[in-house]
Amino acid sequence: MKRVSYQVAVVLLAFGIGGASQAQTPAANSIVVEQPWARATPPGAKTGAAYLTVMNNGATPDRLLGATTPLADKVEFHKETEESGVSRMREVPSVEVQPGAKVTFKPGEMHMMMVGLKQPLKEGQNLPLTLQFEKAGNVAVTASIGNVGAMKHGNMGAMPPGSSMGK
Amino acid sequence: MIVKLGVAIVVLLALAASVFLSTSLMIELPEPKITRLGTAAIGGPFTLVATNGETVSDKTFRGKWVLIYFGYTYCPDACPTALNSMSVALEKLGSQANDLQPLFITVDPNRDTRETMAKYLTAFDSRIIGLTGTKEQIDSVIKEYRLYVSRDKPERGGDDYLITHSSYIYLMGPQGRFANVIHAEELGDEIALRLRKEMADAGR
Repeated sequence: MKRVSYQVAVVLLAFGIGGASQAQTPAANSIVVEQPWARATPPGAKTGAAYLTVMNNGATPDRLLGATTPLADKVEFHKETEESGVSRMREVPSVEVQPGAKVTFKPGEMHMMMVGLKQPLKEGQNLPLTLQFEKAGNVAVTASIGNVGAMKHGNMGAMPPGSSMGK
Repeated sequence: MIVKLGVAIVVLLALAASVFLSTSLMIELPEPKITRLGTAAIGGPFTLVATNGETVSDKTFRGKWVLIYFGYTYCPDACPTALNSMSVALEKLGSQANDLQPLFITVDPNRDTRETMAKYLTAFDSRIIGLTGTKEQIDSVIKEYRLYVSRDKPERGGDDYLITHSSYIYLMGPQGRFANVIHAEELGDEIALRLRKEMADAGR
């Protein structure tokens, strides 16, 4: 069953002082983030990947400008394109979300690459992520960490840990 | 399809001449399942070092099928997907996996030391052997396997750079000859099916 993990309502409160004027932004409650998740990282990995779906229920386009997490130096948006058997990872500076549309970050297509991980991402733990939208402002979500090869939220399609038969 | 194959061959021949002149190689591979290049086209002798320090060459695994994924540990999306799918496939193959040697060869010897790879691979099936080497050794394998590898310039400086690379897993036969490619985004079950079929066809 699909589950809306994080219904993001008004986020401008996070700004505290000065928020009063920005709270008039009509799109403030239009951005919904669904099923944020990340993959556990192999030991020693310096990068990690997080995935989620952004829906724009508002009447005007919004733009995901960036993201941060306390667990990594920075978060970049990467899109994979493939041509003639070559996969090319491109950094995307920002991601537009049209009214009524959704944008999904998922393995093999688009991911949030966490660069300079400060600690390994461990299965079962959580990854705090703050998304910065042009209009909706900051949206804080918590991504659940699935296993190393998880293909979607909730670990489906991945090898259970420790199932290797050994040498 | 024939036209496409013809074009691919022409491209291969044309590029073979310029291969040594360029720092990054662009060779088109056939669509999996449908066509194959001549068996001489892909693969060849190499010498690399395994994560346990042992020297490994193309001859080390003669008599076994060899499944090779080229990637790098700095890659957070495509490489864990492929290594996990290979792990699942090995499980699915059961005892047939004994006829197969899975390898993870880095295309990023600069960052992927033996130690880095050994640690990284503990997250995947322990039968997958990680191989690295000097830049020259790795470049030589890249040429032989006609991989497209482009080490993107680090715009921000330092060690933070991405590598664009071919998204195929290579299957080499027990005699060391190229058998086929499997798309690296296939799920483990599908990879296992493909491997079974390849191994069965060869035994006929």
